[in-house]
Amino acid sequence: MAYGAGVDVGSTQTKAIILDENRQIVSRALIDTGANVVLAAENAYAEALRNLSLDEREVEYVVGTGYGRYKVTFGDTQITEISCHGRGAVHMFPGTRSVVDMGGQDTKAIRVSPTGEILDFCMNDKCAAGTGRFLGAAAAALEIPLGELGQVALQAEKAVKISTTCTVFAESEVVSWLGKGKKIEDILLGVHQSIVSRSLGLMRRVGIEPEVTFTGGVTKNIGVVTVLNEMIGFPVNVGPDSHYMGALGAALFAMDRIMAGRVPVDGEREKA
Amino acid sequence: MTYTAGIDVGSTYTKAVILSDDDKIVGRGLVKTGFKLNEAGERALAVALSRANVAQSDLTYIASTGYGRFQTSIRNVNVTDLTATARGSRFLYPNTLTILDVGGQTMKASRLDGAGKVKSFRLNDKCAAGTGAFLEKTARYMGFNTEEIGPLAATSKTIVPISGVCAVFAESEVINCLSQGSAPADIMQGAIASLVDRSVQLMKRVQMEPEFTLVGGILRFETMAKVAQEKLGMKVNVPQGDLVQYVAALGAALLAQHRLRRLNEQGAQAEGEKELA
Repeated sequence: MAYGAGVDVGSTQTKAIILDENRQIVSRALIDTGANVVLAAENAYAEALRNLSLDEREVEYVVGTGYGRYKVTFGDTQITEISCHGRGAVHMFPGTRSVVDMGGQDTKAIRVSPTGEILDFCMNDKCAAGTGRFLGAAAAALEIPLGELGQVALQAEKAVKISTTCTVFAESEVVSWLGKGKKIEDILLGVHQSIVSRSLGLMRRVGIEPEVTFTGGVTKNIGVVTVLNEMIGFPVNVGPDSHYMGALGAALFAMDRIMAGRVPVDGEREKA
Repeated sequence: MTYTAGIDVGSTYTKAVILSDDDKIVGRGLVKTGFKLNEAGERALAVALSRANVAQSDLTYIASTGYGRFQTSIRNVNVTDLTATARGSRFLYPNTLTILDVGGQTMKASRLDGAGKVKSFRLNDKCAAGTGAFLEKTARYMGFNTEEIGPLAATSKTIVPISGVCAVFAESEVINCLSQGSAPADIMQGAIASLVDRSVQLMKRVQMEPEFTLVGGILRFETMAKVAQEKLGMKVNVPQGDLVQYVAALGAALLAQHRLRRLNEQGAQAEGEKELA
């Protein structure tokens, strides 16, 4: 059996996926990236190998992706996360034509062809507004665990409109709304609407074409999924592995290389 | 002796100044603003009054300014922070033509005419990367609090360039710099330099001209003025010590005094007219 792996080193979390030659996910791992990016990549990959009791030598090709892809020192090649998210999304949801990827520090809108090629993309690269960090700031200000944020927001009766753009200022705005007696759930719904409307802005710039597949760590937040469905007007594709989409895409590219017989011999691999 | 007061309710701190009618600052007070803006004004005023040893009943006129000026219910009048800062800056440095005011959540550049009136201004209040919050965040990522920024930056030997694009993204940048062995002091100084770059851009947009007066809470970090001086290539005015934080409050107290005098003159005139009649 041939195995291929993808390691997606994100700003907040690092994900690893191992595929078998049927392109089935046979192992996954997710850890916090932390300060040492090289170590994060190694640890995530090691965990994925351990889960499968696989020796490193049995994996024929490893693709690194994400902002820390060049820190995947054991990787055979690097591919941008844009390509990987597009590839992963089309593999998991073949009808995908648009991808919205919301991560810890960036949000991307990608338009893909039926074969998963990237037609256009657009991302926030100057500002953390509209990214997972915006939710993180609200969670910190309201002292609610990040994982419960979405559930709480969905209990809102009337959203409080969040007027600040900047994530740093949003934290004080959230506190000031609390001080004015607004309910936590109403404030949180406003926060969720704010980040969804920012990512919709990005999506409009590349053109929203159904089906839309939602990827990245923020897919774990049911509040964002619900608000996104409402604001876009139709349901987006989300699955339990959606936050692994970048790693999955990378692993798929790795399998392509294996199948194409482009496996480097040991000597070459060490040089790379 | 009559006294007037200026209260500047800022996003982070609220400042109050008590002014005697011979233009002397007799008391100053500073408190954290929090989210109850009206109370913040009262608390800052109470501190200033007790330092000045003046009773609140001896205050003849109170002007409020800053973002919480409308919530300050004890005010007799409110003035915009641009007007108040212009007045305070001119009082301290009569030749001021360009003012840079860097606070916790805003950065403002204004250009004055020869008479001290605000001719044009530009604000940044949408993005933390151009405000004191950027320095606070940078310090916090390295485990320092706001009060440690000044002393930390003062020990810097070289500047580590920090891009200053986003206060949130700065976190990864700072962590990268630290893991590559850069000293926290040099990273802090890099963040200050990036804030100065932003300030200069803002000042260019108001057609800056000397003399420059730099005010606001962030200027209490002395290296900020030093870097600004280098970037502008000329001397800048910076009020001594923590007075930098009180310039808008001072300006408001001066405007209160001015207003009071005009009212008194009008009153006296009316009295005189009454007598004539």
